[in-house]
Amino acid sequence: MIETDSLTKKFGDLTAVDNLTLQVNDGEVFGFLGPNGAGKTTTVRMLCCLISKTSGNARISGYDIANKNDSLKIRKIIGLVPDNVGLTEHLTAYDNLDFYGKIYGCSDSQRKESIKRFLEMLGLWDKRNVLAGTFSKGMKQKLAIARALIHDPEVLFMDEPTANLDPESAKTVREFILELKKEKKTIFLNTHNLDEAQRICDKIAILNTKLRGIGTPDYLEQAVKGRKTIITLKQTNDKILNALSKLSLKNLEHENHSLSFDVADPDSENWKVVEAIVLAGGRVTTVDVVGSTLEDVYLKLVRESA
Amino acid sequence: MRLSKAWLVASRDFKIFRRQKNIWYSIIVFPIIISVLFPTILEYAGQRSGALSAANLPNLLNSFSFFIVIGAAFIPLGIASYSIVGEKIEKSLEPLLATPLTDGEILLGKAIAALLPTLVAMYIGAAVFMVGIDAVTFGKLGYNYFPNWTFGVLLLVLLPVAAVMSVLYSVIVSSRVNDVRSASSYGILIFFPFMAIYLASEIRIISLDITGILIIAGILSAIDIALYFVSTAAFQREEILTKWK
Repeated sequence: MIETDSLTKKFGDLTAVDNLTLQVNDGEVFGFLGPNGAGKTTTVRMLCCLISKTSGNARISGYDIANKNDSLKIRKIIGLVPDNVGLTEHLTAYDNLDFYGKIYGCSDSQRKESIKRFLEMLGLWDKRNVLAGTFSKGMKQKLAIARALIHDPEVLFMDEPTANLDPESAKTVREFILELKKEKKTIFLNTHNLDEAQRICDKIAILNTKLRGIGTPDYLEQAVKGRKTIITLKQTNDKILNALSKLSLKNLEHENHSLSFDVADPDSENWKVVEAIVLAGGRVTTVDVVGSTLEDVYLKLVRESA
Repeated sequence: MRLSKAWLVASRDFKIFRRQKNIWYSIIVFPIIISVLFPTILEYAGQRSGALSAANLPNLLNSFSFFIVIGAAFIPLGIASYSIVGEKIEKSLEPLLATPLTDGEILLGKAIAALLPTLVAMYIGAAVFMVGIDAVTFGKLGYNYFPNWTFGVLLLVLLPVAAVMSVLYSVIVSSRVNDVRSASSYGILIFFPFMAIYLASEIRIISLDITGILIIAGILSAIDIALYFVSTAAFQREEILTKWK
């Protein structure tokens, strides 16, 4: 589990992360969204014990990031895929992974097994004896992910793992993250890609120095902008509109043969509206529930905070 | 500080160096020059009558010996600069710092990777140098000048101190520059104190006998300690990730 409480980082007068409080449960894929300079990488670096916090608290699996002894324990149980892959380019793919396996104290057999497993999963086994410096961006990214997983970490931090990748490589990486999700790994995913976050993440936070919103993708879409129901009728008349006015619908609008209104819980509210229309003699053609997209939510929250 | 972890870092760097011709050249060129060139100069000079007398030879040989120390200060510059600046260029320090290694273990690993090849190359070079010099001076002196206590102290005390100084200085320089060429350019400054010592010995301000060598080693050790504190302050994860260029 990852917990932060009023976590803050300042560089001189500049506040990079301001009073960040969040919780990521075990086995959750957590999407951390925000524009450039929002403090996402700084947060990951603090949580990985790479840089110190200015104030507040944070714990990874119960270990305090500010405690020197705990920081070594944290670094044993986490894996990091940084925004720059940071491979040793003059070593082969195999040697890159083998070196990290040794650092984490994996036995010979563990290392051999893990290296083979991850390189095969990521389609790099045939390239294991090729220098990492000759790899394409996508291959380097995959190798960096394998490196972060070599010691079977409890928590995986990924800083924009699909940024700058071609669509096919990005898809492979996303599918691999979904595989890890099935294995119940806790994943902290920094990303700009809203579609990716929506498809992969159990929970999403939007950061712009301060936390602007947090919750499941569905929750955020509803909580920030809500949902709208659109009902198309064969014909509308005053009797139907009078019947609907008695239901106290929020933001009821009428245009041609279409009615729209805000709805908090479509499952429990829409049938009442349909029933009222039918009892008033109306004929319903379609009922649609339209939600705001994560992109709408993201843009709204980020613009509000700018 | 776990030496085994530092050794892992050093071993990885050795693996990288094996593929880097430039590093190989920087390791072997200086010892070859010293061990082959100086005996050859003496052999050539000895063939010219009156050019060298038995009385002048010991001073000359002690001066030559000091180039072994200059070599020990020269070789780590290239290795340590490449090792640290190379990581900066590849941005490979961040994932390394995210492992359970401490900053000290990483720095020690880098230092071992720069020191060990230097010491091996210079000791082999010194052995060849002694054999070569003895071969060309035995006729004039009537005895083998090397090995002797002075050279022994120079090899076992002054040479490692000079090499350590070079490594620590390279760490500091590497933290402030972004390419190997700049690191080497700034690194050249390390020659000045050694050339100053050499010139001072030539004009008899200091003597490169056992006492003189131990005094110089003591002064350089004090400088090493100061450089150690500066380099460990520069090689801290927060500095590396937020302040290194």
